[in-house]
Amino acid sequence: MSMNSVAIRSHESMELIFEQAKKRQRMKSWIKGMLFLLPSIVLFGVFLFYPLLRTIYLSFFLTDASGETTVFVGWQNYMNIFTSPIFLQSMKSTFLFVLYTVPITVFISLFLAIIANEKLKGTGFFRTIFSSSMGISVAAASVFWLYLFNPTMGVLNRILEFFGMDAIGWLTNPDWALLAVSVTTIWMNIGFTFLILLGGLQSIDSYLYESADIDGAGYFYKLRRITIPMLSPTLFFVVTVTIINAFQTFGQIDILTQGGPQNETNLIVYSIYREAFVNYQFGSASAQAVVLFILILLMTALQFKFGERKVHYQ
Amino acid sequence: MTMSTGKKVVFYVLLILSATILFAPTIMAIVMSFMTNQDILTGSFPKTLTLDNYVNAFERFPLFQYLFNSFVVSIMIMLGQLILCSLAAYAFVFLEFKGRDLLFYVFIATMMVPFEASIIPNFHIIRDLGWIDSYQGLTVPFFAMAFGTFLLRQNFKMIPKELREASQIAGMGDFRFYLTVVLPVAKTSLVTLGVYGFLTSWNMYLWPLLATTNDSVRTVQIGLKQLQTQEQLNEWGVIMAGAVIVIIPTLILLFLGQKRLQRGLAEGALK
Repeated sequence: MSMNSVAIRSHESMELIFEQAKKRQRMKSWIKGMLFLLPSIVLFGVFLFYPLLRTIYLSFFLTDASGETTVFVGWQNYMNIFTSPIFLQSMKSTFLFVLYTVPITVFISLFLAIIANEKLKGTGFFRTIFSSSMGISVAAASVFWLYLFNPTMGVLNRILEFFGMDAIGWLTNPDWALLAVSVTTIWMNIGFTFLILLGGLQSIDSYLYESADIDGAGYFYKLRRITIPMLSPTLFFVVTVTIINAFQTFGQIDILTQGGPQNETNLIVYSIYREAFVNYQFGSASAQAVVLFILILLMTALQFKFGERKVHYQ
Repeated sequence: MTMSTGKKVVFYVLLILSATILFAPTIMAIVMSFMTNQDILTGSFPKTLTLDNYVNAFERFPLFQYLFNSFVVSIMIMLGQLILCSLAAYAFVFLEFKGRDLLFYVFIATMMVPFEASIIPNFHIIRDLGWIDSYQGLTVPFFAMAFGTFLLRQNFKMIPKELREASQIAGMGDFRFYLTVVLPVAKTSLVTLGVYGFLTSWNMYLWPLLATTNDSVRTVQIGLKQLQTQEQLNEWGVIMAGAVIVIIPTLILLFLGQKRLQRGLAEGALK
C-alpha cells in the first residue's frame, strides 16, 4: 500500500518535472523564435505600426511647424478636407487617374505577355525590352516624358505640327495634364506588370493547350477559353497591385506638373506631401493620409477576400 | 508545336512594333545625351555625336557623390532586407512556438499599410533620431519587408524537414543550420530578392527627397531632379546624360536578372 503510494507520488513528481521541462522547452523555443523575428518586428513597430497610429492621432489635432500637437480639434480636420474644394479635386483626380492608368496598363501588358510567350526565336530579347521600364526610375522616366511633352521642342507637338495640327500644352493645359501624367505612368508600369503576367502565363499547364490542339481549337478560342481563365488569379493580383500603385503615385507628379495646372494633377500623395512639408499643416495632412490608408486597406482587403482561393500565403 | 510561317510573321511584326514603340523614349534619351545642343534645338537628326553633355553633367553636379550615395543606400537596404527577411522566414518555416501564426498575420497586415500614409510621423522619427542626411535614415526604415519574407518562406519550405531533424540529431543549433544549410540552398531566391531590393531602392524617390537636405548623402534620383530644375533652360542634352547615368546600373541589373526576377516575383506574389 505504502509502496504503491510512493510509486504514485514519484510518478506524479516525474510528471511535474516533465511538465516543467516541457514548459522550459516551450519557453526556449519561443525565445528562439522571437530572436529570429525580433529585428523585423522592431522595425515594423518603429517605422510602420507606430507611425500609422501616430498619423491617426495627429489627424485629430492642430500642430505647430515642428509637428507637435497644439489643439485637439476632433473631426474638424476631416470635415475641413471633405469640404475643401482642393482636396475634393485631389480625390477626383486620383480616381480618374486610377481609371485612366489601370485598365490600359493591364491590357497592354497582357498583350505583350501573350505575344512574348510564344515559342519563337529571339523572344528573350523582346522580353528584356518589354520589362525594361522596370529598370527605369520614376525620376528618369519623368524626365524622358517631360521632354516628349515639351510644348515647343517635344516630339509629340512636332508630330502634331507635321500633320498641321495645333500644338497642345500637354502639361500646362488642365484638360490634358492628367492624361499626360497617366501616359507616363502607364509606360513606367508596363515593365513590372508584364513580368508578372508572363510568369503567370508560363505557369499554365501546356497539357491544356495540347489537348485543345488535338480538338483542333483555333488560336483565339484557346486564348479565350484557356489562357484568360487560367490567368485570372494573376490578372486579379496585377489589377489590385496596379491600383494600389496608382494611389501611391508621387514622383512623376513632382517632376512633371507639381500638382498643377489648377490642381488637376494634385493626386492624393502629392496633396499630403504639399500639406505636410510645404504648408506644415500636419494635422490635416494626417487626415488625408488616413483617407489614403483606408483606400488602400479596402483594396488589399478585396485582394485577400476574392483572391483568397487562388492567392494563398498559408 | 510548330507554327505556320504566316503566323510567325504576324508575331514577329507585333513583337518588333511593340518593342520599338515601348523602347523609343529610352532610345531617344540615349541618343539625345550624345547630341549637341544645336541639333536638339533644331530637332534635326544628330550630325555629330559628342560626350560634352556627360562632361558637363559631371562638372556641374556632384554626380559621382550622388552615384556613390545611391550605391551605398541600395546595397545597405538590399543586405538589410536579405538578413531580416531570411531570419523571419526561417522562424516561420523551421521553428514552432506560441504566437507564430499571430505574428504571421502581423506580417500580412504590414502589407496593408502604405509607406506614404505613415510618412509624416516617419519623417519626425528620423528627424528626432538625428538621422536626416544620414545613410541610416535613408535605409533602416526599409529593412523589414513582408513580401521578401513570404518569397523566402516559399523557398525555405521546399527544404526537406528531415534535413533539419538530421542536423538536430547531429547537435546542430538553429542558427548554424540557418547559416550553413538554409542560406546556401536558397541562394537563387536570395539573389532574386537581392536584385528586387536593389532595383526598388535605387529607384526610390519620395523618401530620399524628404530625408536629405544637402549633397552629403543625397541619392542620384534627387540629383536628377535638381539637374532638371536647374538646367531647364533648354540644356536637354545635359539632363538626358544625367538620366542615362541614373538608369544604366538598374538596366544592366535587370537585363542580367530578368528571368530570375520574373520567376521570383510570380512565386512571391502568387504561391
